[in-house]
Amino acid sequence: MAADTRTEPRTIGPVALPSAERFRPLLGLLVPAALVVVWHLVVATGTVAAYQLPTPLRVAETLSGMAASGELWGHVAVTLRRVALGAGLGIVAGTAFGTVTGLSRTASDLLDPLLQSLKNIPSLAWVPLFLLWFGIGETAKVLLIAVGAFFPVYLNLSTGIAAVDEDLLEVAEVYDLGRVESLRRVVFPAALPDLLVGIRGGIGLAWMFVVAAELIAASQGIGFLLSDGRTLARPDIIVGSILLFAFLGNCSDVAAKGVRDRVVGR
Amino acid sequence: MSSDADPVLAVDDLRKRYGETVALDGVDLAVADGEFVAVVGPSGCGKSTLLRVLSGLEAQFDGRVAVGGTDVRAGGSDDVGMVFQEPRLLGWADVRENVAVGLPADVDPERPAARDRVDDLIETVGLDGFADSRPDELSGGMAQRVSLARGLAYDPAVLLLDEPFSALDRLTKADQQDHLLDVWERRGTTVVLVTHDVEEAVYLADRVVVLDGQPGTVASVVDVDVERPRERADPDLVALRREVTDALGR
Repeated sequence: MAADTRTEPRTIGPVALPSAERFRPLLGLLVPAALVVVWHLVVATGTVAAYQLPTPLRVAETLSGMAASGELWGHVAVTLRRVALGAGLGIVAGTAFGTVTGLSRTASDLLDPLLQSLKNIPSLAWVPLFLLWFGIGETAKVLLIAVGAFFPVYLNLSTGIAAVDEDLLEVAEVYDLGRVESLRRVVFPAALPDLLVGIRGGIGLAWMFVVAAELIAASQGIGFLLSDGRTLARPDIIVGSILLFAFLGNCSDVAAKGVRDRVVGR
Repeated sequence: MSSDADPVLAVDDLRKRYGETVALDGVDLAVADGEFVAVVGPSGCGKSTLLRVLSGLEAQFDGRVAVGGTDVRAGGSDDVGMVFQEPRLLGWADVRENVAVGLPADVDPERPAARDRVDDLIETVGLDGFADSRPDELSGGMAQRVSLARGLAYDPAVLLLDEPFSALDRLTKADQQDHLLDVWERRGTTVVLVTHDVEEAVYLADRVVVLDGQPGTVASVVDVDVERPRERADPDLVALRREVTDALGR
């Protein structure tokens, strides 16, 4: 049996010196850093007027000032809460609908065409309707974000479950696993990678939708800060809010990807 | 030896078509309880199709196929286990969990007795030490042996094997063939083995059914009346090998 043993213990060679490879991820920071320098230069030299684009330093000062006064944290917390609730709700609903349509051909024929067309409605188009239905409170915002997070989860999971390898389903059938056990042991684990891809996409869309919700009807949150900056003609606040969205969105995406990589194991 | 006892597996005038293609055209087969039957034939003669029908994976066919007197389409296939030609393992589960898929539905895989049984089977197929490995860490031959252990875990009345040893090297193959004979003798399982290896068929089986392609029909049946344990180089086996090869038209 030694002949077909492919797994051999991984030998750890001499401890590697810190190689250039280790710093490779930092390469991705080079271009943004260069852009910040260019940004500073075009404003400092007056190529772009400071009332249109503040210097990077000014943006940093504004953000740290708001952080020091505590004002920033309130907005960040409110936005994070909305994204978390909305994404959570959307993921739960997307998982439920994705499972049903993935498993049942009839459910898929009934629901999929409708859901496929709803997914093409832009986030901003929902806003007036949600305001009308749910008022300007938190409900409207959380539900709007949930709509955004729903679709990637639904689409990926539904496709993933329907595409589970027929060969494995035959194994479940021959060994009489039964409906529940074959779902638990074969179908769901097989579709898990698709679900995680969907969740990652859903969280991404939750950030898109929170901006739509907060820009139009909010008195708190990063999106409110953004529109407030426009009203007050404060480009530093506008740019600061955009950077904040970029940063937080990135953090949640890295986290979602991390979870996916851990679970799927590559 | 099959005709007088009530056959555990009865196939009468089985016809199976896929669209325009006739895969099996009037196959008759009766396998007695505890018998070991090998089915050989050229590729495309419907060997695998026959096993798919017997295991209940094909609901559309003409003729009668019964296990223990019950039609395979009416629950008769519950007593049938199958080792597929490909390993068909769950890629996310370790070897132990994959073998446990074969445990009968009323056995709780978490119970110590069930775990011991799974570990025993892993040892039987020569994979001790690999219980916690994932399929992608195994070679093709090892994966196939996991699939064999899964089929043995099911402990069915009738065990179907679709070329289970074809991916194994020569020595492992001989070992695994003897393990299968052990299990068969110990548990009194009825075995139907599909293979393209005439030597294997004659060495293992009580009877060798030769299928003729296409469409598949039974060309001849060769009885192997040689005492066990058998010697692979036994002159009687060699003669029978020639008889089967002649029936195959080679």
